[in-house]
Amino acid sequence: MPVFDQQETRKPPISQIGAVLWLKTNLFSSWINSVLTLASLYLLYILIPPLLNWMVFDASFSFGTVNFFGFEIKFSEEMATNDNCGRVGACWPYIYEKLYMYTYGFYPRTETWRPNIVFGLTALLFVIVPLVKNYKYKNRVTLSLIILYPLISYVLIAGGFGILTPVDTDQWGGLLLTLIIASVGIIVSFPIGVLLALGRQSNLKVIKLFSTLFIEFIRAVPLITILFMASFVLPLFLESGNYFDKLLRALIGIALFQAAYFAEVVRGGLQAIPRGQYEAADAIGLSYLQKNVLIILPQALKISIPNIVGSSISLFKDTTLVLIIGLFDMLAMVNLTSNDPYWLGREPEGFVFVTMVMWAILYTMSRYSRKLELRFNTENKN
Amino acid sequence: MKKLILDSIGKSQHRGLNFRDLLYNNEARAFFFQVVTFILVVGLFYTAIGNLFHNIEERGINTGFTFLKNRAGFDILPFLGNYLVDYTPESSNFSVFYVGLINTLVVAFIGIILSTLIGLLIGIARLSNNYLVAKLAGGYIELFRNIPILLQILFWYNLFINIFPHPKQSFAFFDIMFLNQRGLYLPKPIPEDGFMVVVLALLVGLIASYFVKKFYKKKHELTGVHTSTWPFSIAFIIGLPIIVFLVLGSPLQFDISVLGKFNLKGGMNVVPEFLALTFALSVYTATYIAEAIRSGIEAVDKGQKEAAAAIGLTPTQSLKLIILPQALRVAIPPTINQYLNLTKNSSLATAIGYPELMSAFGGTVLNQVGQAVEILAMAMLVYLVISLFISILLNYVNKKMAIQGR
Amino acid sequence: MKQLLKLSAATLLVVGALGVQASTLSDVQAKGHVSCGVSKGLAGFSAADSAGNWTGVDVDVCRAVAAATLGDAQKVKFVPLTAKERFTALQSGEIDMLSRNTTWTITRDASLGLNFAGVNYYDGQGFMVKSSLGVSSAMELSGAAVCIQAGTTTELNLADWGKANGIDYNSVVSDTNAQTLTNYDSGRCDVLTTDASGLYSMRAAANDPSEHVVLPEIISKEPLGPVVRQGDDQWFNIVRWSLNAMITAEELGVTSATVDDVSNNPERERLMGRSGSTHEYVGLTPDWTYQIVKQVGNYSESFERNIGLNTPIGIARGVNALWTDGGILYSPPFR
Repeated sequence: MPVFDQQETRKPPISQIGAVLWLKTNLFSSWINSVLTLASLYLLYILIPPLLNWMVFDASFSFGTVNFFGFEIKFSEEMATNDNCGRVGACWPYIYEKLYMYTYGFYPRTETWRPNIVFGLTALLFVIVPLVKNYKYKNRVTLSLIILYPLISYVLIAGGFGILTPVDTDQWGGLLLTLIIASVGIIVSFPIGVLLALGRQSNLKVIKLFSTLFIEFIRAVPLITILFMASFVLPLFLESGNYFDKLLRALIGIALFQAAYFAEVVRGGLQAIPRGQYEAADAIGLSYLQKNVLIILPQALKISIPNIVGSSISLFKDTTLVLIIGLFDMLAMVNLTSNDPYWLGREPEGFVFVTMVMWAILYTMSRYSRKLELRFNTENKN
Repeated sequence: MKKLILDSIGKSQHRGLNFRDLLYNNEARAFFFQVVTFILVVGLFYTAIGNLFHNIEERGINTGFTFLKNRAGFDILPFLGNYLVDYTPESSNFSVFYVGLINTLVVAFIGIILSTLIGLLIGIARLSNNYLVAKLAGGYIELFRNIPILLQILFWYNLFINIFPHPKQSFAFFDIMFLNQRGLYLPKPIPEDGFMVVVLALLVGLIASYFVKKFYKKKHELTGVHTSTWPFSIAFIIGLPIIVFLVLGSPLQFDISVLGKFNLKGGMNVVPEFLALTFALSVYTATYIAEAIRSGIEAVDKGQKEAAAAIGLTPTQSLKLIILPQALRVAIPPTINQYLNLTKNSSLATAIGYPELMSAFGGTVLNQVGQAVEILAMAMLVYLVISLFISILLNYVNKKMAIQGR
Repeated sequence: MKQLLKLSAATLLVVGALGVQASTLSDVQAKGHVSCGVSKGLAGFSAADSAGNWTGVDVDVCRAVAAATLGDAQKVKFVPLTAKERFTALQSGEIDMLSRNTTWTITRDASLGLNFAGVNYYDGQGFMVKSSLGVSSAMELSGAAVCIQAGTTTELNLADWGKANGIDYNSVVSDTNAQTLTNYDSGRCDVLTTDASGLYSMRAAANDPSEHVVLPEIISKEPLGPVVRQGDDQWFNIVRWSLNAMITAEELGVTSATVDDVSNNPERERLMGRSGSTHEYVGLTPDWTYQIVKQVGNYSESFERNIGLNTPIGIARGVNALWTDGGILYSPPFR
């Protein structure tokens, strides 16, 4: 009786499935690709292992005391110094010891809770609020937070009211100062930027001229010249005996600088609004103010949001420049803390640490901006 | 204005003169706002400048630009600017300005070339069909774009001076080039009599190869016969100067660095401040250029690539003849903007002491002389001119591309 | 809105114009503290300890002025300044006095609208090299790379000295003290040059001080002292004589411990404000000098506490000893 022997189905050739196929199509599709792949692998080989060795395998981790946002974790009782670490790998206890300086600068240690609340608020405003999906009063909550945030932060950080003992600006430093400069810069410069953009688009010749001159001048020169102006020349423009605090001077410079960039971003949004919108607003008899506040700006700003975030990212990066005029932001702390006699020559750890923190913040911001871009893109198409 | 008021009076005549009409007249309001703004801005400037003069006088600060003629009295890190201006502490403050300007332009020039090369490479690699290469390029962009440039400059500088060896243990390349923590030491060319003839030969070669190319291009257009011109180009541009050079008996000597008591002496020292600054600026700016190139390539319609493949062009030909020319139209304007940013960012050299404009002139001279207003105004003016120049270039490029386009 | 913004800016300036320029003394007494510009950190001269308290000989001058004018040496607001900003800060009124190892030169005294109120430390520019180089004199430094901080008289001195002695060098300029030290440490340059006091304080901070040698040559005079704005002679006198009070107290052997003892030395009684009326001339209370010595101490106490031989800095009095002890410290009499 003929029996039908069921033969096993042949498996596809090994080169057509799974990992091998993937390797073949993605890495070794042609001889040139193979060379590139090998070169890339070699590049990774010479970069990654030494870095890992320095950062992890040869590094010292556990002694000294960590002060993390005001909470102390003790690894060991004795005072940690350079001597505890070798010179081969990284010395992370240096970061533990100096974490307070990197976070708060010279802020009084008994008052740590105040900046902590501000850090929390910052996270709430810039991270949590935008991430939560639409809910009923989202716009109102966001708006009130934007208005309240600088006020609350200022009262908390500067003090001078009730139980809040005053803390002078020269004691602000580290990440705290970086965040203050960035958020004040963004929040203060935004309305100025919108006004400048409207000014540049205005029919009023004088206003248009002044706005254009201001924007173009600021955008042509490096931030550092403006910071130098704010630092050295601004005091001369004031009646003698009057002066601004050094931080305030830097903030004025940064806000004016950023305003010019915001103005160009918003102008881009304004130009994207179809003429019909202006004409319709005029036709129903709206005043200039009503037309802009109710019709034009809401649309223009919405289009500009991704670019506004992009410009804010640039500002955040630029905050590091205040180190040149002698403010102690997070980057300036590297030099300051690695000149402590007990921790001489720990700049590499400092730079790597600041790089990681800054990178994490900036990467999150840029991801966020890309997400916004995609979201607004789809909305425009529908 | 007169007409305006008359108009509004004329309008109100049949209802009687009414101030409300003037208040609600758009033109009158516009005029009013402009006058107010003008008065405020001018008033602000007037007060500020008035205060400035008052303060300067009261505090006995010197004014004017006479300080430019005074002896500078300090030394500058020896680099290109120093050699070109022949700077010594006896030189004037104006020479410092000049040295700083040259050093700024050098960084900007080399940085622009380097960042374009890296940017082009990374931008194309980002779209490679090789998984690893594409991911590495993406990683490069995400890493370097999201670190503040000042931090990168400081990082590379401190890394450079810490990992490279002391001059006594320099890395030597064939004993003519040396690399150590004090920088890169290159042989310094010393032209002798007759070297100008070699330069002349090079010029002649360049012109000749241009005409040869033109000639064959015309021939190609007329007859369709394609002739490779590169052998001619090589013969004219490289061969001719070499022959002249040899005939004249090698009229160029090289001064090679030798180890002195402390440092390598002689030769051409490319200081680590310059290397770190240029490297950091190029690496950072390249991330933006790469993104511009990538979006340029992505903006080219897919059909173009398919059409190129269909008419039998190789991938290289398709990239060179079809994709890049179209992609560059989108990519070049943002790239030129990045050139301006790079030039402006070079002012951060003051953090590591590379003697460019803001560090040598806006820093050291400002310190020694104290005339912040004049010095910063001069520095800002330079950046304004550079930025104006780049805007003009950008407009020119935009115009040229617009004509070629649809 | 735009107009409003500009209006407020203009108002700011106008209000400034209306403000009456008060004397520095009444200004200080009204706000309750002396704003004093100090260095951003130079061990022994002005540095913040881990608890955030400022100490150092420059700091003590600020404290002496606070003790004299407000009766409390703690009522000082310290404003750390870079070399570049120090004069602007003083000129603009941001600080009331500057005590930041600042060299007294004719240019600064006569052309910046400032007055030097005295000298609290006689310094001079020196060189430090690594012992491994085997250099014993600055004259052997031809061809060396020299680390130097921007914005100081040091740069000018070095150029003058190099020219005068025919010594060729490369200067490596950094913006901050810290970067200068890093450059020297890493080997970017062979020599570190700054004021000798600074060299000692940097050497003390090194991992192994014996690896570094301070060379014997001193190439400049660097009289460091407190600075005030020009045009307020009363304040100028207060600062000058607060410093002189510390020096005179040492001369008369008065220390913070013995300040309460009564003696029959008339000059000492005058200094302590128990006789005479010197206080009226400077517009202060009779016990102003007493408060200085009581709270800050005399010059010798301040010196030994901050930079003396028993501190990590370990500087001997040298030229900074009293004229009676072979130094050049000399205060005009309290009479």
